[in-house]
Amino acid sequence: MSARDHILNRLQAVQTEALPQPQTAAYYQEMSPKWETPVLRLQHWAQTMRKVKGEIVWCHRDTWQETFAQVVAEKDIAKIVLPLQTEHGQQAAQILQNKRPVTEVCAYSHTLEQWKDEFFNTVDAGFTDIKAGIAHTGTLLLWPTPAQPRTMSLVPPIHIALFDTTTLYDDFYAAMHGLNMADGMPTNVVLISGPSKTSDIQLTLAFGAHGPRDLVVLAVLPDDISIADVEVAA
Amino acid sequence: MKTQTVHFLPETFKSNAKTALADAPLRQSLRTAMDGLMSKRKVVLSDEHELQALRTLCESIRQHALSRLPELLEQLESNLTRLGVQVHWAQTPNEACQIIDGIMNQHQAKLMVKGKSMVSEEIELNHYLEAQGKEAIESDMGEYIVQMAHEKPTHIVMPAIHKTKQQISKLFHDELGTPLTDDVDEMIQIGRKALRNVYRNADVGLSGVNFAVAQTGTLCLVENEGNGRLSTSVPPVHIAITGIEKVVARLDDVVPLYSLLTRSAIGLNITTYFNMITGPRRSEELDGPQEMHLVLLDNGRSQAYADEQLRKTLQCIRCGACMNHCPVYSRIGGAAYGTTYPGPIGKIISPHLLGLESTKDLPTASSLCGACGEVCPVRIPIPELLVRLRTEAQRDPNERVAKPIKGQGANHSLSEQMAWRAFDGIFSGNKTYQYFGKVATSLRGLTPKNQKGWTQNHTPLKPAKKTLHQLIKEKQLVSK
Repeated sequence: MSARDHILNRLQAVQTEALPQPQTAAYYQEMSPKWETPVLRLQHWAQTMRKVKGEIVWCHRDTWQETFAQVVAEKDIAKIVLPLQTEHGQQAAQILQNKRPVTEVCAYSHTLEQWKDEFFNTVDAGFTDIKAGIAHTGTLLLWPTPAQPRTMSLVPPIHIALFDTTTLYDDFYAAMHGLNMADGMPTNVVLISGPSKTSDIQLTLAFGAHGPRDLVVLAVLPDDISIADVEVAA
Repeated sequence: MKTQTVHFLPETFKSNAKTALADAPLRQSLRTAMDGLMSKRKVVLSDEHELQALRTLCESIRQHALSRLPELLEQLESNLTRLGVQVHWAQTPNEACQIIDGIMNQHQAKLMVKGKSMVSEEIELNHYLEAQGKEAIESDMGEYIVQMAHEKPTHIVMPAIHKTKQQISKLFHDELGTPLTDDVDEMIQIGRKALRNVYRNADVGLSGVNFAVAQTGTLCLVENEGNGRLSTSVPPVHIAITGIEKVVARLDDVVPLYSLLTRSAIGLNITTYFNMITGPRRSEELDGPQEMHLVLLDNGRSQAYADEQLRKTLQCIRCGACMNHCPVYSRIGGAAYGTTYPGPIGKIISPHLLGLESTKDLPTASSLCGACGEVCPVRIPIPELLVRLRTEAQRDPNERVAKPIKGQGANHSLSEQMAWRAFDGIFSGNKTYQYFGKVATSLRGLTPKNQKGWTQNHTPLKPAKKTLHQLIKEKQLVSK
């Protein structure tokens, strides 16, 4: 008999009582956080993300490219990997060409194995889209695709994330259901709340452990919300 | 890198504890750290109504999953297989090590980078692979430090909690030749730099699993550093290893469990990363492991499963809150237990993994103050289970019980049994009790001054001059 059969036989030999389904939906119906206005919700998200050193730069649909170029300049990025098959990736490349030609742009066009050394040793930053946000915990939900592989936002020391704030959910439970995650999970979904950190040495918080040292979120606001609205009381 | 050369054994728990108690820097590190962890937890769990509702939900999720464990494991296996993940089952640590070594051999792999995995500690994987001429490098900062110092993790969430930053700086200086520093940021950057090449060059990445979702075949991994993401995304092969109890039924279930796990463990509402891994690289994708394996380990868990009361041990989500709040753990630290899982949870799980013969003293290392049970996010009645394991260790080894525990009767001693029987005889009969009282009072001059453990901290016990019965009788005579 195989180890599998041995283990399963031992478990199956035990009579267990049938227990009721956990009341998860009811719990979140009662306990999910609520905000009076979308602005207050955005402010909570931003405040929470900033507490763990996530950098947030507000912008709008027609200004994010400019903001992106500014961030690239401020961070003095020499080489950045962009998702050139996507519209946003192409727009990002375009603006860099105009405003920041010293920054070298590269595409993730090979398999990881084909450019591992170059990727690890020479790329300073990665730029990706974000699938959704989670207000409660100040979180971004990353949903890698073939055009935006998962290591793009992981290996380079700086991750610049383009986040459409209209995709913000109240909490993880709402996001999971809003995105119908149980019906089709991609290979890798990652919740990201700030840059990589650790408190493994004497409980002292230090950033930039193994993942990105800097996380810059270009938070694209809907046209009816101004930057002043979200920044005033935040 | 040599691994795990210095460690205590559970068999010598009592002397380990004495050694640890005498270690002043250790006690200082522990006290500061435990106070920090306790107060941080309190801040993020300040809403009592929410906390209790969430505990109730998480307890029911874990109990529900355990009640359907064999069925959920089969569902998990079939979903993983459909996704292209190879599922392996291991009954013992040795079987698990062989499976992992075998996978490495198939790929002529020599270097493994490891994300944090307590189950890999449980099977002593690093040691095994080293003997096969392979290298396994820990990438979690705490684990990396502990491995470099040839030690074992002393806390399941904070592996290097027993070390001061000065000790770590000295260790880096001696092993890596880096300058001595007091700056923790600098030390973390040393670790980061040292491990970059390891991720890039590793043939295999290994990780643990926080929750395995039967419904979707998703393996969830909770972390702050990004080493889990790197270990499971960069090497061409990813091996995940977990205990059979970590399965949950639905994707929904991970939401409350994750929230309560991070808040109980480190007092944060969320960790930096929450990875949900659903299979290896798909055909059109450019990264992620090309091959993925899951090793499911029993190692005594099915023994705990067989008994309704002991099954609650398996509800554990490995947050470590019980150790952070334990008056014993916070004084002796994790190493003294001599087991992979220290503290209260270790005291109730280790007897199943290792048998009561070697762990018989562990369930007794508790004042039964109840702090562990009170903070447990999934309401494991740890004190109750400690008492149960004490009973099993005292039980006559020859007594036939329906679900015997490995090592039953390891603490059974004839003299103790006789003493209890005598006590029972004396105190349950009216006549025998009165007779005993008389004899005891008249022979009070013979009580020894040295009464073993008692007189270490107390004045010797001595029967009174007169028994209570005698005193009452005298009083009644006077008042008449």
